Amino acid sequence: MSNDGGEVVPGREEAGYDAATAPSGGFRKGSFGVSGSGDTSGFGGLVRVEPGGAVALHTTDRPYGGYFDEVTDALIEAVGEATYAAAVQRVLVDRGEITYFVAREHLLTLVQALRDDEALRFELCSSVSGVDYLDSGGPAATPERPRLHVVYHLTSMTYRRRIRLEVAVTAEDPHVPSVTRTYPTADWHEREAFDMFGIVFDGHPDLTRILMPDDWDGHPQRKDYPLGGVPVEYHDATIPPPDTRRAYR
Amino acid sequence: MSTTYNEADPYAGSRETTEGRVYTVTGGDWDLTFADPHGEERLVVNMGPQHPSTHGVLRLVLDLEGETVTKARVVIGYLHTGIEKNLEYRNWTQGTTFVTRMDYLAPLYNEAAYCMAVEKLLGVEVPQRAQTIRLLVMELNRISSHLVALATFGMEMGALTGMTNGFREREMILDLLEEITGLRMNHAYIRPGGLAQDLPEGAVENIREFLKIMPKRVADFHRLLTGQPIWQARLKDVGYLDVTGCIALGVTGPILRAAGLPWDLRKVEPYLGYETYDFEVPTADTADAWGRYLVRMAEVNESLKLIEQALARLEPGPVMVEDRKIAWPAQLSLGADGMGNSLEHVRHIMGQSMEALIHHFKLVTEGFRVPAGQVYMPIESPRGELGYHVVSDGSTRPWRVHVRDPGFVNLQATAAMSEGGMIADVIAAIASIDPVMGGVDR
Repeated sequence: MSNDGGEVVPGREEAGYDAATAPSGGFRKGSFGVSGSGDTSGFGGLVRVEPGGAVALHTTDRPYGGYFDEVTDALIEAVGEATYAAAVQRVLVDRGEITYFVAREHLLTLVQALRDDEALRFELCSSVSGVDYLDSGGPAATPERPRLHVVYHLTSMTYRRRIRLEVAVTAEDPHVPSVTRTYPTADWHEREAFDMFGIVFDGHPDLTRILMPDDWDGHPQRKDYPLGGVPVEYHDATIPPPDTRRAYR
Repeated sequence: MSTTYNEADPYAGSRETTEGRVYTVTGGDWDLTFADPHGEERLVVNMGPQHPSTHGVLRLVLDLEGETVTKARVVIGYLHTGIEKNLEYRNWTQGTTFVTRMDYLAPLYNEAAYCMAVEKLLGVEVPQRAQTIRLLVMELNRISSHLVALATFGMEMGALTGMTNGFREREMILDLLEEITGLRMNHAYIRPGGLAQDLPEGAVENIREFLKIMPKRVADFHRLLTGQPIWQARLKDVGYLDVTGCIALGVTGPILRAAGLPWDLRKVEPYLGYETYDFEVPTADTADAWGRYLVRMAEVNESLKLIEQALARLEPGPVMVEDRKIAWPAQLSLGADGMGNSLEHVRHIMGQSMEALIHHFKLVTEGFRVPAGQVYMPIESPRGELGYHVVSDGSTRPWRVHVRDPGFVNLQATAAMSEGGMIADVIAAIASIDPVMGGVDR
């Protein structure tokens, strides 16, 4: 960490932030990222666990605990062991929530089973959101570690359970099959993820922009899309736009 | 953004003249899209985005056969403000001031869901008093939100007294919230780790006073509207959507409960100790606008019950987590020049302790760090499941915040509710969805 002295850092990208050399898991010291300085505040003594930057890279081993094992067993039974092994790349249990990282080829098989199987019954697709993990710490985005993630939050009203599915794709090939045939509610969610992240949902009935104007260029919530803004003058001082102000990491 | 027209642009054909190239801008491709081979009955009506009955800037494109709606398309995005993107450039505490501006009729729900998501990421539990006050202000907010829903419902159906009554009653709650938080709306009162400040003196008495008045006003509302034949005729069997349709379209909240399913996250996935409170989940079995009206009216009464119980449980205690590495360093107080750091705190950091000054400066300018990971935090807002999907990369700012706004999802049901019905009923159907465009477009 180079910015522990409170020096002005123009922005993450400009600051020469190198994802390859960024801490890729393990520990980061200090509540404020302070290390080895003449810190008198006591913050340098804190240690927090940070596995692999924003994308958690580790896998949780079974048993997962709670109802997660029941859901997983039912899912394996519903789609078959071979399909499950091919579809689910890894499973992560964190903060009482379970995430299945799913290969996009098998997404539709999985959601259909999750909705219809009697032991699963995830009737409600609560939310679909995109996340761009570009330069989020940890290993850099490569074809093996795609930057664009589509996150599905499914709710079982019958069993009062929630799970999360996550599909990752690269920006060069941002295609994910649309789940609108199984969950019609995903229609607008997927349009939003397309609008904001440029993720293309194959098989969507009407994949158009939803929040931005139809003729907009680019996908605003990608991390390489600037926030924009103009400097503001106030009392003879100029305040730079938010994304060029100094940033703490 | 510059737009380049090409030769084949159907909206702006061009021809060369001696004066230069002249463009003829036409009104889009309506003739092509809506060419009607079967006669002249078909009419395409564009409603909005500026229309009094569309709850802000909602645009509807309706295909009509006579007065029957054959197709209803919803166009949103006119109030998109990029709040989710902006959040990624502010620290975690500043986030509350943004999310509170999303669904502006239920600002405290946005704050609470966001803060609870951040707290889940941090792994901290807020003190009991803060939890009770959160529940208290959220239920006050639920009543005020439902009152606006009922008031605009009345206005859109032509019952203007319903509107004036609804807004009058809501004003009582806004006064209470102003007293408690300092602002009528956009409070930024609930903060990660607790609350911005404790309840001010006299607030509890004023809430009790409100609890005495409000039941009479609810009864007045029933007397004014519920028994009225016109009101019933306009609402009954309008905007029908059954449980299957609701779940397929992701619809939650009063619409789902009016279809008969008692699905309320306060009961099925309790948070803030809702499981220890005594309240009912009102339902109806009509699955139409009438049922939604009745459910909202009944929920106002249930919220009053919850507020009463919360008041009885208020016990002295802190309203912010003990962890000084997360808690806002200053106790805010009201001075002659408005709200600010208390004089006592300023004296302490400026005159007594250098370390306290450093601590204050670091926490206020830089903020605290949130361990990497992602959570989804759903709560029951007045409109249904309000979910915050928050991702942290371990830094002082959110990596990504996605809001599952119930208005956004519920609005998808417009076509299912309106197609095949009369054009006048479209207004009733949308009023019964109660979308708030600030939340829909974010």
